[in-house]
Amino acid sequence: MSDHAGFFTSRLDEAIGWARKFSIFQYPFVTACCGMEYMATACSHYDVDRFGAGLPRFSPRQADVLFVVGTISHKIAPVLVRIYEQMAEPKWVVSFGVCTCTGGFYDNYATVMGIDTIIPVDVYIPGCPPRPEYVLDGLVKLQAKIQSQRSSGQRPPPEVRPEFER
Amino acid sequence: MNAASLIQAVKDRFPDGVKASHSYRGDATVILGREFLLEAARKLKEDTVFQMNFLMDLTAVDFSTFGTKRSPAFFANSGIAVSPSPEIPDADPWPGPPGGHPSAGAAPGTPGTARFVVVYHFFSLPLKHRLRLEVPVGEAEEAEPEVDSLSSLWAGADWLEREVWDMFGIRFRGHRHLKRILMYEGFVGHPLRKDYPVNKRQPLIGPVN
Repeated sequence: MSDHAGFFTSRLDEAIGWARKFSIFQYPFVTACCGMEYMATACSHYDVDRFGAGLPRFSPRQADVLFVVGTISHKIAPVLVRIYEQMAEPKWVVSFGVCTCTGGFYDNYATVMGIDTIIPVDVYIPGCPPRPEYVLDGLVKLQAKIQSQRSSGQRPPPEVRPEFER
Repeated sequence: MNAASLIQAVKDRFPDGVKASHSYRGDATVILGREFLLEAARKLKEDTVFQMNFLMDLTAVDFSTFGTKRSPAFFANSGIAVSPSPEIPDADPWPGPPGGHPSAGAAPGTPGTARFVVVYHFFSLPLKHRLRLEVPVGEAEEAEPEVDSLSSLWAGADWLEREVWDMFGIRFRGHRHLKRILMYEGFVGHPLRKDYPVNKRQPLIGPVN
């Protein structure tokens, strides 16, 4: 009996994952020059709509993937965290560009050294800025991650970046 | 009016105020005493000879480490060969005694003994000429450098002066609302001062890293 139940939940999980990964509603949190590359990716030339991510929502309540695009300064960081907290579960975060991944070449008073210091991140897309093909690759990787997520348990915790000696 | 005659015109009107002047590639620059700033700015705006009705930029420079250390070559420790070609002279681009005044024979740009220089760029829309005004502030014994505000003459000076206050901590006397414009409330210090540590972070949220 329990075997049958396991069969059904895993089939159901797969169906839900399939539906979710092809209906990504993204919230573009665009702060800097990476935004141009994001627009290039989103527009018809590269066309993220092929992957079901063609409809950005400009309300965090309606979005399920947060695209953090561009340098995050310490001044905007509380806003980013609030946006993330306003999004409904299940939610994922894509770190777009090297500034959001690690701070990039900024090492100064103004810049957050990677958004994973303040919110969990699922997919890192480095590059300054990343090419659209690179972004699409990250999107496909995110889809694989969404597909493999199981409703039976909590989502796996994101990788923790090791502490570096300064 | 060309650069030389612009400088001469300012000198004629403020013989005591003009400490030095130079014009590098046609950019007229006048180094002016602080107490003459407001008067000179008004003259530049209203005198028919100048008609400088456009304040293009207002910023400041911190000279406190000027000439004391050489800037490292870009990517010097990356292993990539980026040393300058031998045609480029290796000598100090700013010769002369550090802190030396232009009138004492040093290169243009050094502010004398003052720590900061507030820089004003004026442009005349009707006459199409430009003038740079440099006002040295902040002598060694002065804790809070201060200079007159130009916001009564050019409304655009308001935010520019707030930026200079935010980044350099130079006060503007007569400014109606001098508060930080770029950094957040609660930020301590002025980040573009040379004594602000490069690695010092003051995050509003998250770890200090």
